[in-house]
Amino acid sequence: MDEKVTREIFPRDSRKSYGLVELMKKTAPIVKKEPEDTVYVWPNLLMIEIICAILVTVGLMVLIQFEHAPLRSLADPSTTPNPMRAPWYFLGLQELLVYFDPWYAGVVLPGMIIVGLMLFPYLDVNPKGVGYYTYSERKFAVFNYSFGFAIWWITIIIGTYLRGLDWQWYWPWSNHLEHMNPALVTLIPLHLIFVNWFHVSEGVGKLFGDIIFVGYFALGTIIPMIVWKPMYKAMGLWRYLTFSFFFLSMMGVALKIVLRLLFNIKYVLVTPWINI
Amino acid sequence: MLQKIKNEIVESQIFKSVFRHGYPDNDLDRAYAIFSSVFLHIHPVKVRRSALRMRYTFCLGGITLFLFIILAVTGIWLMFYYTPYTGLAYRNIKDLQFVIFGGNLMRDLHRFAAHGMVLFVWLHMTRVFLTGAYKAPREFNWIVGVVLLVNTLVLSWTGYLLPWDQLAYWAVTVGAKMASYTPLIGQNGPWGPQLGFLPTNDIMFMLLGGTVVGQNALIRFYVLHCVVLPLVVTVFLAVHFWRIRKDGFSGPL
Repeated sequence: MDEKVTREIFPRDSRKSYGLVELMKKTAPIVKKEPEDTVYVWPNLLMIEIICAILVTVGLMVLIQFEHAPLRSLADPSTTPNPMRAPWYFLGLQELLVYFDPWYAGVVLPGMIIVGLMLFPYLDVNPKGVGYYTYSERKFAVFNYSFGFAIWWITIIIGTYLRGLDWQWYWPWSNHLEHMNPALVTLIPLHLIFVNWFHVSEGVGKLFGDIIFVGYFALGTIIPMIVWKPMYKAMGLWRYLTFSFFFLSMMGVALKIVLRLLFNIKYVLVTPWINI
Repeated sequence: MLQKIKNEIVESQIFKSVFRHGYPDNDLDRAYAIFSSVFLHIHPVKVRRSALRMRYTFCLGGITLFLFIILAVTGIWLMFYYTPYTGLAYRNIKDLQFVIFGGNLMRDLHRFAAHGMVLFVWLHMTRVFLTGAYKAPREFNWIVGVVLLVNTLVLSWTGYLLPWDQLAYWAVTVGAKMASYTPLIGQNGPWGPQLGFLPTNDIMFMLLGGTVVGQNALIRFYVLHCVVLPLVVTVFLAVHFWRIRKDGFSGPL
């Protein structure tokens, strides 16, 4: 509660051991309500907690009648299972390995997700919508959270149900025992497309890719600064730049998934050290 | 008769020395019951009537905590039967499955409570997000929450190795391989080799205590899973709850 005490109605008397009501700005939780609107935690809240705990226990007990903890054969370093699946909560990251190199999908991106989540309260400057469910008062924040976790859950679903041998794409009706011909999908770095289309050298093609990559971040940062000036003003420069970086990276993941699945693009940015 | 027995117990010297208040059937003792108990005093003495409505929190954080407690209890039980040695680990699990009384029950509970905890941490985070409960002055508690989320995932992952079956071995091999691609400090990561990181000194080597998943990796994951990470979670949980009490509750509580 951030309400400030504006005025003491009854000045405190050092000879008295009690004080009286203070006046609060705005509508404080207890204002205009009798103290009797509150109830004792024992037994009211504790009873709810105990019922909740019992329900969870019962739920687990019922669940384990139908499903058991898996145990495969003894660990064998010489036999690799195919496909090899991570636990479900990491399947999203495993699926991202299809779209990015391991240093990005497995290390940098998870790190960015964690840091991005931590920064969320500092980047969301909208004071509205505390303490109740609302979409209309904070559409953009809800969009960002939902979009990020939509990618998370969709990749988990793809990893669980649509990937088969050699981590190839298998539909539920495909034959899951037959290896797919890897030659069916040829991945190409974006710069080779430019080389083919415009008959430029490979170096120039790579430069196009670099320009697209840098341009995506540069324009993605600058255009909203001009178009949504109030938003930029409210956030301030550094907060906005941080937000923009994480926002565009998140959108970039979605874009790269589309580029890879629909157009078989392997890399956009190609450098001697890293490829994205 | 029952009333008499109850009075005998409640007014005995032993009961009073433990609880220091009477049976909570009156307001004073109800207040004492909460704030004189180390376990219950994470609650306030009184809450608003509307806080009893479930449709704000859906008890998601509480369920997560309860699943963590189930995991601690079943986990300690399982530790009595488990040896973190590659020659024995798998056989210990087989014993739990086929020989030890209640072995299946405890193992299944531990496994599914772990899945449940990951799911409920996420649901709780989504609830906190949708109600804007992470906004000032509660930003820091959101960070603590994200730390707890990451810890939950790492706990699950380290526990994954312990049965020492094919599932465990390869899931951890893949995950550890990922670490070798860490930029700057991984043998396969960008600028890793240039900075002198080899299979015998990079971050993956540190994680596994070797170049492949073996005995050293098993003991490392065992200690992390059974001691280090649960302690870390407990400390951050304490901070998490403390901050809720200090910063106040966001909703109609």
